[in-house]
Amino acid sequence: AETVTAACLPELLPLYYRRLFPFSQYHRWLSYGGVTKNYFQNREFSFTLKDDIYVRYQSFSNQNELEKEIQKMNPYKIDIGAVYSHRPNQHNTVKSGTFQALEKELVFDIDMTDYDDVRRCCSSADICTKCWILMTIAIRIIDRALREDFGFRHLLWVYSGRRGVHCWVCDEAARKLSVAARSAVAEYLTLVKGGEETVKKVQLSDPVHPFIKESLAVVRRYFTDYALVGQDIMGSKESMDKVVALVPDDILALCSFILLYVCIFSYQASSKKSYYTEEEIMLQYCYPRLDVNVSKGVNHLLKSPFSVHPKTGRISVPIDLRELGQFNPFDVPTISLICKELDRPRTAEEEEASVRERDPDGGEIFSDYKRTSLAKYVKLFDQFVEEMERSRKGELLRRTDLQKDF
Amino acid sequence: MLFGGRKKKGVENPQTELYGHCLQLYTQPPLENISLVEFEQFAVDRMKLLKTVENLGVTHIKTSEDYSKKLHAEISSLNFPHRTEAVASEYEKRRKDHISHFILRLAYCQTEDLRRWFIQQEMDLFRHRFNDLSPKSKSDFLHRNSLQYETISVEEKKSLMEKLINSSYAFSGCTVEEQDFYKVPFQDALDLVRMRKVFVKDGFAYVPHQDIVTIVLNDYRTRLSKALALTARSLPVVQSDERLQPLLSHLSHAYVGQDYSIQKNIGKISLEQIDSLSTKSFPPCMRQLHKALRDSHHLRHGGRMQYGLFLKGIGLTLDQALQFWRAEFLRGKVDADKFDKAYAYSIRHMFGKEGKRTDYTPYSCMKVILSNPPSQGDHHGCPFRHSDPELLKQKLQSYKISSGGINQIDDAGFSLNHPNQYFSESQKLLTGGKEVKRELDSPRRPHAAAGSENSKAPPETPSSSNRVPQEVMDDLDSFFQEE
Repeated sequence: AETVTAACLPELLPLYYRRLFPFSQYHRWLSYGGVTKNYFQNREFSFTLKDDIYVRYQSFSNQNELEKEIQKMNPYKIDIGAVYSHRPNQHNTVKSGTFQALEKELVFDIDMTDYDDVRRCCSSADICTKCWILMTIAIRIIDRALREDFGFRHLLWVYSGRRGVHCWVCDEAARKLSVAARSAVAEYLTLVKGGEETVKKVQLSDPVHPFIKESLAVVRRYFTDYALVGQDIMGSKESMDKVVALVPDDILALCSFILLYVCIFSYQASSKKSYYTEEEIMLQYCYPRLDVNVSKGVNHLLKSPFSVHPKTGRISVPIDLRELGQFNPFDVPTISLICKELDRPRTAEEEEASVRERDPDGGEIFSDYKRTSLAKYVKLFDQFVEEMERSRKGELLRRTDLQKDF
Repeated sequence: MLFGGRKKKGVENPQTELYGHCLQLYTQPPLENISLVEFEQFAVDRMKLLKTVENLGVTHIKTSEDYSKKLHAEISSLNFPHRTEAVASEYEKRRKDHISHFILRLAYCQTEDLRRWFIQQEMDLFRHRFNDLSPKSKSDFLHRNSLQYETISVEEKKSLMEKLINSSYAFSGCTVEEQDFYKVPFQDALDLVRMRKVFVKDGFAYVPHQDIVTIVLNDYRTRLSKALALTARSLPVVQSDERLQPLLSHLSHAYVGQDYSIQKNIGKISLEQIDSLSTKSFPPCMRQLHKALRDSHHLRHGGRMQYGLFLKGIGLTLDQALQFWRAEFLRGKVDADKFDKAYAYSIRHMFGKEGKRTDYTPYSCMKVILSNPPSQGDHHGCPFRHSDPELLKQKLQSYKISSGGINQIDDAGFSLNHPNQYFSESQKLLTGGKEVKRELDSPRRPHAAAGSENSKAPPETPSSSNRVPQEVMDDLDSFFQEE
């Protein structure tokens, strides 16, 4: 399947970029209302072209330039970087030291390979519906924290195309965060720590911070289904041993493997010493794992929404949190599917609809994606961008009101 | 700071205004004349004080009574301010505090390392002095320095009671009720947020009065950092004054550490030697990385950086490095084409041949321990900090170190703070270049790893002491013996 997709891309990408990629919403998103001068123009994009050729420091003056260039280059992959002090495509002409990354969305990357030690169904780049639950859990936890604890409001969650999800925090305050602040937020959200050499990756102690309590509540909802049923972590000796390795010696001395769970409860109830064994096991198995380095760097590049995954052909589509439980990565449209759908003959209704929506500049192009499975994702993206615009207007009104009072 | 020809400010009671509080943030440089004798004396005294701060910080926990007592004693004996009453004698000490700080800025602004050291000690000193203040004095300080954060209302506190209690160690219902909580934008309280030591809601951190020092410290560090950068620019003018140049130079050379950026043995190591060198002279972290590389024919980015730069530090040339990594990666899943396209670039980058052309320096122990902790699938980091104690013990045993050796206190006459230092000292010993009391097979324990597996808070600050203290070794001792 991977090689088939790679072979078809040269044919399909031009079609995708000419008729399906939502340039208008994309440009509206990244312009952020044009409030800051040259915000779009100073944004870095990078393209991965055929044969693994990688070009950085691409930048564009307007939507039209962006479209033309992408349609010309047909990139396999698009990454979005920071907004710089000058136009990235002119960075060589700028005096050394003055070309700086100024702002970027706060981003998070959650990758399924980081969970290999706690999933038995798949490993490395593979995923299935059983382990996908981990992403659902991660999204619920991180989304809640970013909104309720940090007060962020404009979050875009995107499927990465193969084995993970990305979160783009687009609030103005988020875009202006320093490296130290990004790193602090990422660390606040980090509970699972340690590499190959560490067995016990979660350590809890009194007092348990409210954030941890909230996260535990989410994990508890999914733990039985995910770990005990789906992953069957108690189903083989090898797997059980891994769970047992997380239990302190003084508890282990008392119980047999089968009674492990029961023992944990009763021991905790009768002991003065504070144990969080059950919670620690749950968190180690289910709590989100972030790559802090992705979030820290202001200039770190991250794959763009609506970019195509070169190996699977799937489009990096926004995720609708209202229907998170139903999201299935295997239902995400691939570039070959949507291109095929384009060629489907139109029904009478679609003909009418396209005439009604005819764009004065040349027509059918804008409603093309609506005929494909991409439609609902572009709509979701549209709603996200509109919400920000509404909010910006509201903010502007509020500020001018305040000034009037003065 | 200006010399010669300046009059005192013609403001009413300038002294009481400027030195009205025993503690300050050094935002205004002193504007008076001063004799060279005083200039020197002040500088040297503060230098001694900061050195004491550094040493005490390594041997003691910074909030312990012992630490406070000893630091307090040093502050008094060197005639720095330590009382909150506005007595005449105190005024003189505050003036000295003010002026000496600014003089040392001149000495310590020149390089990254110097600045880092200076900021670290000044912050520790500030923290101690701030914590020493009475609550009223603390509030006074906050007001004088316009750190106006709002306190939350009684109602809000009630509704958040449970969460406030659970967001910090040693809080009970009573202590929450008694204290003021400040609502601080989370960006101003990063250290507390990062370690989840504070309740966060809607973008605000709810900081109890007792923790407000962390906020103040953050602010202090930011200001000081900016100020030092600015000072560095006016340095040439100051250095051209022959009265000052010798003193400033003497002050800044009191602290310097080797960074292994200049390789002395380029090309003296052959690739065939690496396997055997890894068991003889590599510190455990590099030995672990080398083994992981040989076993899986691959290392992730963090591991490649840490190990790659180490190899550069022991003398590998760029060509050797390319050959080494290529041969190993090709044994794995990477084909020649992919290696040349993707990985070769980053190796050349390490040697300063690509991109910004910065010649990256090999990581010190501090950098390995404190930045980029390893996660699933990684092999980098410091085994003494990032590994499970049991696994680590097993590993050391497999390196054929006797259990006695593991527990023994070493006294090789140097303190370890850089992997390449381990390598060069080891090589010196093995090739008979140095007198020694015992075999070098027992590993050095970097002093920063002291008690880190058992303590709740991560080690606070990097240190650059020149000896590994007894207390630290004792901690490690008992840590390994705990079953």
